[in-house]
Amino acid sequence: MNGSLPKPASGTSASSSGEKVVLFDNVCLAFDENVVLDGVSFELAHGETKALFGVAGSGKSVILKLTLGLIKPDSGQIWVLGQEVSALREEDLFEVRRRVGMVFQESALFDSLTVRDNVAFRLIEEGQTPQEQIEDRVREALRFVELEHTMDMLPSELSGGMRRRVAIARAIITQPELLLYDSPTGGLDPITSTTIVELIVKQRDVYKSSALLVSHRLQDAFTMASHYFDRTTNAMRVVPPDARERIPMSFLLLRDGKVILDGSGHELAASRDDYIREYIS
Amino acid sequence: MGSEGFQFTSPAEFAKEKVQAVQDYCLLAARSVANLFSTPRYTADTLQQADLIGVGSLPIVMLASFAIGFVLALQTANTLQRFGSLSMIGQLVSLSMVRELGPLISGLMVAGRNASGIASELGSMTVTEQIDAMRALGTDPTKKLVTPRVVSTVIMLFFLVIISDLMGLFGGSVVATVLLGLDARQYWTSAWDNLVFDDVVMGLIKPPVFGFIIATIGCFYGLTSRGGTQGVGRATTQAVVAASVLILSTDAVITRILMLSNVGLR
Repeated sequence: MNGSLPKPASGTSASSSGEKVVLFDNVCLAFDENVVLDGVSFELAHGETKALFGVAGSGKSVILKLTLGLIKPDSGQIWVLGQEVSALREEDLFEVRRRVGMVFQESALFDSLTVRDNVAFRLIEEGQTPQEQIEDRVREALRFVELEHTMDMLPSELSGGMRRRVAIARAIITQPELLLYDSPTGGLDPITSTTIVELIVKQRDVYKSSALLVSHRLQDAFTMASHYFDRTTNAMRVVPPDARERIPMSFLLLRDGKVILDGSGHELAASRDDYIREYIS
Repeated sequence: MGSEGFQFTSPAEFAKEKVQAVQDYCLLAARSVANLFSTPRYTADTLQQADLIGVGSLPIVMLASFAIGFVLALQTANTLQRFGSLSMIGQLVSLSMVRELGPLISGLMVAGRNASGIASELGSMTVTEQIDAMRALGTDPTKKLVTPRVVSTVIMLFFLVIISDLMGLFGGSVVATVLLGLDARQYWTSAWDNLVFDDVVMGLIKPPVFGFIIATIGCFYGLTSRGGTQGVGRATTQAVVAASVLILSTDAVITRILMLSNVGLR
């Protein structure tokens, strides 16, 4: 069973190549008088999933939007997949964005398009995939999130959890090198949340995607850090305690626009910082 | 209702915001044109918008133009009769409709119907993060959403104005023949013979400009809407007001320029 576990972190290409998937270097951003990020720096290695935490308004979602170049920082540098997105023009950013998938907080599905067209959107726009292949890949992506039967439905006909899963299918259809999840389990019931968490773990362990995950639910991130996806049973399984460090999962905690912790789940749990202890309690 | 509450802004801040908005609008308008010269081109989206904007606006434009031609003939008949010039009613209606009222009425009608429609559609997409999702998926919203709307509004308004002119003339002819007892042939001959090339030029230069204003203003207010459903409602109202005001003021400027350059100076 352990043969399905992710390889040790030291073997990841990030460590060997030295090139990071995402690199934030002293990034600052303020909206009018409100300072959202104040000198934020962190790195995301290949194959790693980093969970971003912090109270509401601490700038977690802003970090995802900065990563995609949807907004620009006031100062500092942001590198994504070897490109400095903080310095690229909007026209040049589209090339980087095609290598990144994002799941928005409220799914952000195109409400006038069917599930099929939503999921196929990127392939249709790129215009390089034959129609029959698009159909196959849409089916494959929807099968991944177990929603193949919803192809011809409109987003308004789906439940919140289903919309979130369609958003994941839309994000992964081109197998991007980096995935950004903005509160993928927010507002969902525990059972649906577990389904979403399982999909994220599956994506991490089967396709080895790197990911930034914004969440309000610590238990989701701890589940991801303590489980792996077993392909033989097509389900999540608990990682033996002695193999936990092999899960490519880290935690980043924000407070007042600054990073107060960037490390493993073990470091988070062992922290003696009062604020962190209160946060995780 | 989630009201943000009233906030006082300093005059400098207010001026800065307005200058910034004008700059953003100009950039969006310029990009909507620049997109024509780069790929991808969204022909299917443009045709769909042409149907929605052009064909969809046909009934209201026809009705409004007919009514304007009708009342124009009705209101001026008394004065013309006093000077014994009732036979000139065809000329009066045709010149008024072709040079001024056709483009203006069509522009205002399409602004009311489509600037609001575009602003509310794009505004809803903005506040539900669909525009951000589109950018995140590697698609430029100005290419996919703005340029097709601009192209289709510019082209369709041109043809709507021609139809509007005809409907206005038809409205005038109903008054002239049914209510005033004039000969239909006399009315249409007077309307047709007195039209010269400059009149047509003046009437057909305006619709592409008005179409450009309607579409770009609608898109601008839609893409910059903030604050949920209330913000979308505000953007929709502002789009109609701004488009109407711009159409009226641009109409005055174009008319004056054409007259100075002797086009349409009679």
